[in-house]
Amino acid sequence: MKEKLEQIKNKAEEALAHAADIDALEKIRITYLGKKGELTAVLKGMGALSPEERPVIGALANEVRSFLEKEIDEKKSQITAKLQNEQLKREVIDVTMPGSKQDIGRLHPLTKVLNEIKDIAIGMGFSIAEGPDVEYDYYNFEALNIPKNHPARDTQDTFYIEDNIVLRTQTSPIQVRVMEKQKPPIRVIAPGRVYRSDAVDATHSPVFHQIEGLVVDKGITMADLKGTLEAFMKRLYGSDTRVRFRPHHFPFTEPSAELDISCFVCGGEGCRVCKGEGWIELLGCGMVHPKVLANCGIDPEVYSGFAFGCGLERIAMGRYDIDDLRLFFENDLRFLKQF
Amino acid sequence: MNLPMSWLNDYMDIDVTPKEYADRLTMTGSKVEGVENTGEEIQNVVAGKVLSCEPHPDSDHMSVCMVDIGEGEPVQIVCGAPNVKAGQTVPVAKHKSRLPGGVKITKGKLRGVMSNGMICSHEELGLTAQDLGYEPEYGILVLSDDIPAGKDIREVFGLNENVVEFEITSNRPDCFSIIGLARETAATLKKPFSVPEPKFSENSENISDTLSVEVLDKQKCLRYCAKMIKNVKIGPSPSWMVRRLHACGIRSINNIVDITNYVLLEYGQPMHAFDLRDLAGNKIIVRRADEGETIKTLDENDHTLTSDTLVISDAQKAVAIAGVMGGFNSEIKDDTTTVIFESATFDASSVRLTAQRAGLRTEASSRYEKGLDPNNTVPAVNRACELVEKLGCGEVVGGIIDICGDIKNPKELSFRPEKINAFLGTDISLSDMTEYLKALEFTVDTNKMTVTAPTFRPDIECEADVAEEIARFYGYDNIPSTLLSGEATVGGKTPEQTAKDRICELLTAQGLNETYTYTFTSPSIFDKLSIPADSLLRRTTKILNPLGEDTSVMRTTTIASMLEVLARNYNRKNENTKIFEIGKIYLPSGKAGELPDEQEIISMGMYGGNIDFYTIKGICEALADNLHVKNVTYEADSENPTFHPGRTAKILTCGKAIGIVGQIHPSVTERFGIDAPCYAAEINFTDLFENINSDIKYKQLPRFPAVTRDIAMLVDRKVPVAELETAMRGAAGKTLESITLFDVYEGEQIPEGKKSVAYAISFRAPDRSLTNEEVNGTFDKIVKALETKTGAQLR
Repeated sequence: MKEKLEQIKNKAEEALAHAADIDALEKIRITYLGKKGELTAVLKGMGALSPEERPVIGALANEVRSFLEKEIDEKKSQITAKLQNEQLKREVIDVTMPGSKQDIGRLHPLTKVLNEIKDIAIGMGFSIAEGPDVEYDYYNFEALNIPKNHPARDTQDTFYIEDNIVLRTQTSPIQVRVMEKQKPPIRVIAPGRVYRSDAVDATHSPVFHQIEGLVVDKGITMADLKGTLEAFMKRLYGSDTRVRFRPHHFPFTEPSAELDISCFVCGGEGCRVCKGEGWIELLGCGMVHPKVLANCGIDPEVYSGFAFGCGLERIAMGRYDIDDLRLFFENDLRFLKQF
Repeated sequence: MNLPMSWLNDYMDIDVTPKEYADRLTMTGSKVEGVENTGEEIQNVVAGKVLSCEPHPDSDHMSVCMVDIGEGEPVQIVCGAPNVKAGQTVPVAKHKSRLPGGVKITKGKLRGVMSNGMICSHEELGLTAQDLGYEPEYGILVLSDDIPAGKDIREVFGLNENVVEFEITSNRPDCFSIIGLARETAATLKKPFSVPEPKFSENSENISDTLSVEVLDKQKCLRYCAKMIKNVKIGPSPSWMVRRLHACGIRSINNIVDITNYVLLEYGQPMHAFDLRDLAGNKIIVRRADEGETIKTLDENDHTLTSDTLVISDAQKAVAIAGVMGGFNSEIKDDTTTVIFESATFDASSVRLTAQRAGLRTEASSRYEKGLDPNNTVPAVNRACELVEKLGCGEVVGGIIDICGDIKNPKELSFRPEKINAFLGTDISLSDMTEYLKALEFTVDTNKMTVTAPTFRPDIECEADVAEEIARFYGYDNIPSTLLSGEATVGGKTPEQTAKDRICELLTAQGLNETYTYTFTSPSIFDKLSIPADSLLRRTTKILNPLGEDTSVMRTTTIASMLEVLARNYNRKNENTKIFEIGKIYLPSGKAGELPDEQEIISMGMYGGNIDFYTIKGICEALADNLHVKNVTYEADSENPTFHPGRTAKILTCGKAIGIVGQIHPSVTERFGIDAPCYAAEINFTDLFENINSDIKYKQLPRFPAVTRDIAMLVDRKVPVAELETAMRGAAGKTLESITLFDVYEGEQIPEGKKSVAYAISFRAPDRSLTNEEVNGTFDKIVKALETKTGAQLR
């Protein structure tokens, strides 16, 4: 019996050594360990053994059995691993081929820049105000201290709808509408579409966009104007940006200023973008004119405020190095897809 | 406004570089656009003495000259001009020199003879007869013999002039003058400054004995001054005057006209010179024009005037449009002997309107319309007389005619330094404030604490204006930067603004690209869109002065803008174009004096590839779904002529139409030049927003399994699936979870006029597992309802 067991063990080992796949392994298992298998047959024949031999042979048979079971398992995992390896090799793909992209649309570059500005403003406690494109002359001009026949009207070639109705030439009328409705403290920005009768070329469009800002409260100073806009510009153009305020004139602010930022291309050295000046003119601003406050029913002896306004296209053109204003309104997909 | 630096030097010494000058003036509010050197283009050109001049051995017209150019050894130069002679003083462009127009001169051989430069003509130096003050002979330019050899030719002709170009804002007409800019310069650079008083002698006659002046409209003519010059000798002006005028962009005419222009530039006071011979009755009347009166102006254009135009007339006829342009009939001629100088102030808005109406914007009108100082008229006309004397071109007649109209004196304003400091956020001392204001010729009374602006500063109307003057000279740079203090504000977006942002996200996520289109359009788009003649959409807000027909009305639909963008992309061969915009339409109220109703529209448009009606409808559905819009339904719309009658749906919320989605009618796409099916949708943002359910509550995830049954039926092909779904929902009861369409089929094996429709229906109860019997019962009810309500038959 003992020899028989040894023999089975050797034969099984031999067979296992040659087993190439899971099927072969299964056959071996059935051949030796199955219900009708050789080892099972040996165990069935144990009854014929003497009581002394029985435990010895029994132990040996179990030993052989567990040995074979272990060998088969091991072999099985070897084969599985090998099969999986082969499978993986067959599954090799060219990972440099392009992925299957979802076609996600893009926001217009003007929206992207505007969103950035809105986020900065909201972080500083501003709300967003809106107003009509078709506007009363009163809001667009008169309430802003630009009476009829004022020379400042010449620089804003106006589209008229009726004698006293215009397409707004600036977003400043929103200031007036806000101040009429809301009492201080006021902190708003007002983005919007504006119209001027300029023929279309690379730098002119009869339709473009501005963003207006307005702060009114007790004790607002010109120093606040400077500090707020400096912080704004540093957020928008980076903390290295230097800001310069130059005296200027707007009928609805007094004192008035133009804000230049250090050129974001050359950093102030002078280059093509800043025309060698090192500065880029970015926005107009000033302390709200006392007449404008009074026109809106706000007492200029108690309250003061500042306002600023800038062109959205100008900012986007600088940001993305766009040299032709017309691209914004052509909406060529090859342009839109770049942002 | 151009400022030649040499002119500024008449008033003060400028000891800073042009660059520093430009920077400092810019920072006090006189924005410098640029500094140009008039001699920039000429380099290395000097005066030379022709020592000898021999004929060229190999040419019949060239000469070989030895020229002393002030460098020791004379140089040899070949010259082709017929007028070159030994002994002349001439301009010499040396080896490696530059001339206007980018011309470079280097040495070289001319027909075998070495030439070390070029002797120049006046044209080669970029000079005109005007610059020289005489007509030079043909050939090289012969210079005065007292000019030493080697002297830079730019100095000879005063060409090394730095001209500073200023941007003058509309509130500062006083700075449209050399004196105004000198005053700003003095205040900026802290130099003493005063306007020199013109000095000249007069004869013993009196102008009033010859000329009478009458001002009939004293509202429009605030001041009228006149001086008379006799024994006038008309001729060219000296070169210094010509050069200065030229640097400021004014052409020299003759000495008398040039003097008026010179004073205009220097004092900012427009002047006019009349020939006394042409003033009928030796009379000047300042009056309103007669309706329909005509005048030919100096530019030889005829104008018909209206009765609100102010004219200068003699006893018979208008001789000038006041403040705009003189008349052709009274201009200065070569044989003029007696001149009347007019120096007057006219009402700003009257001049502005007149100039606008006549289509004439002149140096004079552009100054008048900003408001000039009536007190400047006398000094200006006196300066003109001084120049007449200096140029020796006439005899100043004694006396002055000076008629004052309604002149307003500047207001005395309260001066509260502490208030100004509080306003600016500064701590400027009273003495500094006073110093800044005094440099600008303001009167400061520190006892009464008042400040009065000079008469040439009508822009100073209130304390904030005074604050600006102080801030300008204190330096905006020196004002501290502080962050906002005071009551905090919360800030943020309104729910509408947030919803619009979300819509942009949802549409871009579905592959649509955002566009910005013009909000005005052509009235012809309504025909292009097949919009019927009686449609309300054709009632537009019209622009009175449009750039062109194609941008003359505010749009009442966004479809045309959308199709134009699609067409542009189609023509540029961009495939699969999917776009959207949230833009306004403008619906007029129909009443004069009322603003149109501006509504925001979400518009979408697309063409290409696999796009069909269900693509764009799916986008609308996903949009509504993600925004939690309540009760959205779609209803076939075959009535909209812009759209395909069989492939268009109204979008409704709670039964109210809020938009449209569909295929654009093929005739319409064809008119836009697109040879592919286009799909578009328009949804009214406000209507959509009002139906957004913002009250979102969590529903517990199901704990019991769902039971699904598929159902396939045959139904008339005309029955919309929405009807089938309504029938099923009506019959299904509480356990119905969802109805999902998964197949619609027509064709083989389906009877003519029928379609096969298949749904997966899912049932679930929240509190138990459904039994087969329960589900079967409900299912039978559904089948029955389908049969009775829609005529569907189970397959």
